[in-house]
Amino acid sequence: MAEPKPDELVQIDYAPPHAPWPGPGAQFRKGTYSHAGAAKNLKYLGLPNPRDWQPPDADWKLPENWREIVIQGMRERLEKYRSFRLFMDICVRCGACADKCHFYLGTGDPRNMPVLRAELLRSVYRRYFTPAGRALGRLAGARDLTVDVLKEWFYYFYQCTECRRCSVYCPFGIDTAEVTMVARELLNLVGCNINWIVEPVANCQRTGNHLGIQPHGFKDTLDFAVDEIAELTGIRVEASVNRKGAEILFVAPSADFYGTPHYYTLLGYLMVLHEARVDYTFSAYASEGGNFGMFVSHELMQRLNAKIYAEARRLGVKWVLGGECGHMWRVLHQYMNTLNGPPDFLEPPVSPVTGTVFSNARSACAVHICEFTADLVAHGKLRLEPARNDRFAVTFHDSCNTARGMGLLEEPRLLLRAACNRFFEMPENTIRERTLCCGSGAGLGGDENFETRMRGGLPRAAAVRQVKEAHGVNLLACICAIDKASLPKLLDYWVGGVEVAGVHELVGNALVIEGEKPRATDLRGEAYV
Amino acid sequence: MPKYEHDGRIYEVDEDGFLQEPDLWNETVARDFAASEDVPEMTDAHWVVVNYLRNYYLQFGIAPMVRKVVKETGFKLTQIYELFPSGPAKGACKVAGLPKPTGCV
Repeated sequence: MAEPKPDELVQIDYAPPHAPWPGPGAQFRKGTYSHAGAAKNLKYLGLPNPRDWQPPDADWKLPENWREIVIQGMRERLEKYRSFRLFMDICVRCGACADKCHFYLGTGDPRNMPVLRAELLRSVYRRYFTPAGRALGRLAGARDLTVDVLKEWFYYFYQCTECRRCSVYCPFGIDTAEVTMVARELLNLVGCNINWIVEPVANCQRTGNHLGIQPHGFKDTLDFAVDEIAELTGIRVEASVNRKGAEILFVAPSADFYGTPHYYTLLGYLMVLHEARVDYTFSAYASEGGNFGMFVSHELMQRLNAKIYAEARRLGVKWVLGGECGHMWRVLHQYMNTLNGPPDFLEPPVSPVTGTVFSNARSACAVHICEFTADLVAHGKLRLEPARNDRFAVTFHDSCNTARGMGLLEEPRLLLRAACNRFFEMPENTIRERTLCCGSGAGLGGDENFETRMRGGLPRAAAVRQVKEAHGVNLLACICAIDKASLPKLLDYWVGGVEVAGVHELVGNALVIEGEKPRATDLRGEAYV
Repeated sequence: MPKYEHDGRIYEVDEDGFLQEPDLWNETVARDFAASEDVPEMTDAHWVVVNYLRNYYLQFGIAPMVRKVVKETGFKLTQIYELFPSGPAKGACKVAGLPKPTGCV
């Protein structure tokens, strides 16, 4: 399939359609939706209605009583999650969120306005669960649940990255990501999900990580990374796996053991943890920080999250250190304790190097590597030579979930300022808690979803272009594995000439390891300047 | 289930055109799938990459990480993209009969 060119895609029509709400249903045009979840993955996870189907099919092979299943599912969730009922009831349709969504900005499709996306679900809620909606139907903004409505849910709730930028602007604090999460749960009750989500979840259930890396492959990768660091620096770091009695369990997104540029971030972690002499271990069982279960249902999020804590208990560590992952931190910071907590067998995290008590991380006993390393730098425990990153003019993309899901705003910046001489911020309405999504989060990163991803990432790319033109920025640093997977393609498409790196890659470049030999290249094997 | 056909041979593939049953792979299969990846001819260089991927897959049940492919085959990443235009994780893996990697990659 020929991919649309940027100058075609940027012709966005923001004029609302003439057809009245709810208008025609979803149009499954190639490039704008993801492949259906494969039956083998649904079967492996015990999810309902495994079958061979694709979204453009006329017949979705739904169970005969699909409507009852979905409405009953909605009833159960309205009773179980007070937040969900609240979010269904309190929206006044003020529109503050409307132009804050990157998918709306990139498509001009009004159903990508967060208010209208949620309305797809609210209209059904009103019809079956409010007296006005039952009695007055469309007059009260209610509508019947039909197959076309279900298809519309599928299209638009898998066109939301759960980034929560809209929630920052909502005067009622409606967490739109949770609306999407419930909508996806309801779709999953009748087997409507996407393979880019359910395959990683099935892999993670089976092998401990989204990619399906088995224990011997995991060990092989770490050994390879240790060898590469030895070649570069003359120092052989240790990377133990499943070591009982270690003080800390380190859990990174599995893409760091596989992808490019993720892998260079792994080298950075290994170097920092060596230099700080941290007593830590990896685990081949809990070898995934991310949690694609979150993109299916609370139940699967719980199942995958439980692995990290089961392993922390088995190994007898004191606390968990986590890598540069995005939604991992939304799960740990905001859901972990009610999913699988409290982890009373762990201890409130304390840095063994500086004695800093991470009181903010007390509930899940999990500290982000950027907090940990920033604390080391702030205490002068690491020697950094920022000139080694002088070939880069750097900007920082706040990952949605670390910024809005846990408030990690200053620590990565502290690290970048310490590790790089040339650091430039993007415009203030596009960073920190107002950061713009990469457009591929929440499981939407499949190649087949190319057009939607490029459209959704357009606002972010436009901000990168500004700092490129103003300051010559040629590197975007970020702290999320999905960012590292999606932003290189996005920036090639819209901007050009801007690479992507993890913050710990830049720290690893700048870090002076005690006893190291002069380095011939940076972590990517490129000459320093 | 989608099918891929080349020279009269028919394969079951996934939505992205990856071979469904990696065990059915052989050199003929590789040549057939190369045709779907803008690889007009499988040269020695192509085979070095494909054989490396294949052997790693047989040992570890997954594709090797890109950095490792680069180091162990001796080709630069840009050279691998010249050999397989859609890259090591997609094009080269497809020709080697490996499943497509999913997740944050």
